Amino acid sequence: MPAVAETLETVRSVTGSTYKWGFETDLEMDLAPKGLNEDTIRLISDRKGEPEWLLAWRLKAFAMWQKMEEPHWAKPGYPVIDYQDIHYYAAPKKKGSGPKSLDEVDPELLRTYEKLGIPLKEQAILAGVEPGDEERLPMAVDAVFDSVSVATTFRSTLAKAGVIFCSISDAVREYPELVRQYLGSVVPAGDNFFAALNSAVFTDGSFVFIPKGVKCPMELSTYFRINAKNTGQFERTLIIAEDGASVSYLEGCTAPMRDENQLHAAVVELVAMDDAKIKYSTVQNWYPGDSEGRGGIYNFVTKRGACRGARSRISWTQVETGSAITWKYPSCILIGDGSVGEFYSVAVTNNHQMADTGTKMIHIGRNTNSTIIAKTISAGHSDSTYRGLVRMMPKAQNARNFTQCDSLLIGDQCGAHTVPYIESRNPSAKIEHEATTSKIAEDQLFYCRSRGLSQEDAVGLIVNGFCKDVLKELPMEFAVEAQKLLAISLEGSVG
Amino acid sequence: MLEIKGLTAEIDGKEILKGIDLTIPQGEVHAVMGPNGAGKSTLSYVLSGREGYEVTGGTATFNGVDILAMEPEERAAAGIFLAFQYPVELPGVGNANFLRTALNSLRRARGEAELDAVQFLKQARAAVKKLAMSEDMLKRNVNVGFSGGEKKRNEILQMTMLAPKLALLDETDSGLDIDALRIVAEGVNASRGPDFSALVITHYQRLLDYIVPDHVHVLADGRIIRSGGPELAKELEAQGYAGIIGEAAEAA
Repeated sequence: MPAVAETLETVRSVTGSTYKWGFETDLEMDLAPKGLNEDTIRLISDRKGEPEWLLAWRLKAFAMWQKMEEPHWAKPGYPVIDYQDIHYYAAPKKKGSGPKSLDEVDPELLRTYEKLGIPLKEQAILAGVEPGDEERLPMAVDAVFDSVSVATTFRSTLAKAGVIFCSISDAVREYPELVRQYLGSVVPAGDNFFAALNSAVFTDGSFVFIPKGVKCPMELSTYFRINAKNTGQFERTLIIAEDGASVSYLEGCTAPMRDENQLHAAVVELVAMDDAKIKYSTVQNWYPGDSEGRGGIYNFVTKRGACRGARSRISWTQVETGSAITWKYPSCILIGDGSVGEFYSVAVTNNHQMADTGTKMIHIGRNTNSTIIAKTISAGHSDSTYRGLVRMMPKAQNARNFTQCDSLLIGDQCGAHTVPYIESRNPSAKIEHEATTSKIAEDQLFYCRSRGLSQEDAVGLIVNGFCKDVLKELPMEFAVEAQKLLAISLEGSVG
Repeated sequence: MLEIKGLTAEIDGKEILKGIDLTIPQGEVHAVMGPNGAGKSTLSYVLSGREGYEVTGGTATFNGVDILAMEPEERAAAGIFLAFQYPVELPGVGNANFLRTALNSLRRARGEAELDAVQFLKQARAAVKKLAMSEDMLKRNVNVGFSGGEKKRNEILQMTMLAPKLALLDETDSGLDIDALRIVAEGVNASRGPDFSALVITHYQRLLDYIVPDHVHVLADGRIIRSGGPELAKELEAQGYAGIIGEAAEAA
């Protein structure tokens, strides 16, 4: 069989069965009745023991949402979502009440996270640290299961450094003033249809606060898991880095294989003050649906960072391999003079997946600088769009942007599109845009195979080479995971 | 031992190889010379399993095993290596990573233990040194931004590391200056031994001053029209292909 046809065959053979994270955990759940109305919002707020101001904020967002229209400008089309046919709150039933400690977490849940490769037992994690390796601290994890955070590890270790790392629900109770000050300050409740929906019904996510001058001593991460049927997950994450603070944060996500589509509508807000650095990495691996395009997650996400301080830096790195539809544009608002925004992205689509992703870089301050490197790989019948906006405001003296968008096509049934919007209102601003589209060449495959590599290894090697500029931005261990994930997403039998 | 009998092959329905008979015993180096369009590169691609080259008749076995039925990577695992006339660029793929992936693929296929990074680097550094190359070569992306000479030397580096039993060298001398030619030839000569055989495809006699073959074959219009010792190459150089081909035609 000709090599290219064979690649296609391999790619086609990828079905849900290669999605290793597709299992379901059987737990007794506390489910809100289906449907979206003020009562649902009151129920969520009540379950989380929220203060009155937050309930009022949610209800206001809901009122705005009801007047908004679902946007359909993104390239992917999808069947009408019945917002009344979704459970907006799903939490594993707690045995008794009281503070959560790891010992109280349902063993079934711990086993789930073990199976996903996410260790939640601090003792076990610390035991795994090699002697002489004490310098390299393990990663702290916030584990969000459907609508609630079930555990956050290393909270006390981090607290000693002054770092707050907890679920947003805990933050609302324990640090209400901080949450109130920053929540909705980067992505206002009425920003867009899905942000308004999230503001009304958000359930859990992470809260990170790094005080002045503190370099967060370990990598922070959140692992999102959708488990319950017919539920939506409405993640809300808020990260604040004060003057001179720095943090590297990672998020991962998976879901069981189901024939129905499920909605994950998140809002993530980042705030960086003077000289602060936030590095936000995502490996998005929601269930992509099967080879016929049945099922999979709708990943409709608003992520935005505000570089409020001078010389602050926000860096988004994302590897998007999952979801039936991805609709997300992690953005930077560069307010502080000399602030820096970066966006590094790899988006892989296969079978009938659709991705419409990119970034917005809004240059407001002087000498602001942004870099966009977006790599798109399309296979099967999938369709991928890079959509980006670079806007230079009148006061953005000497602002600079460099954008590079590369698309790699595998087979002849897929599509790749690049939609860059560029607006400059300052004559001193410099904007560069480069774009390429290529295919994996038959001679590249043959060259690799003649050296002994299998067809699949050859595709994996070429694809990883194509993505190298982005993968090198990921924290080391994540990069290895991401490389494996790319191979699995495209081939189904490697890994 | 490579045994080719009555091999015919076509590309896009056009017959290129019209019945090749060629035997290369273990340990021998044979040269195949011929004018442009004779089918030299086609022969190397057919033997290594490139897509689009369709075998229409005849057989090719290596150590008694039918290689024509094998995938390219299976042929590599059987010990066959093709040094490309035009080595291919792999953007973003480090040369060391590529070599290690290739070497470990072969080792896996042969049921041998894979090399870890340390073991591999030790071998790679030794090979680079032996071939008088810069270690920088290992860090760069596969053939990206390489000069013509560097690309050919990189092929020889891969050959040295992968240690094939049969090397097919497709016009490895094309585009090389005399110094690079010498380095490439030394690389091939260093591999020579009782377990190594090679098919050296070349247009000019020049390379054969450095890699002295056991036998020389003249390929013209898809057939081997003459075979002989190393002196045949000299005769070709003196008479040109037209002379030899004319003679062969008369003899027939």
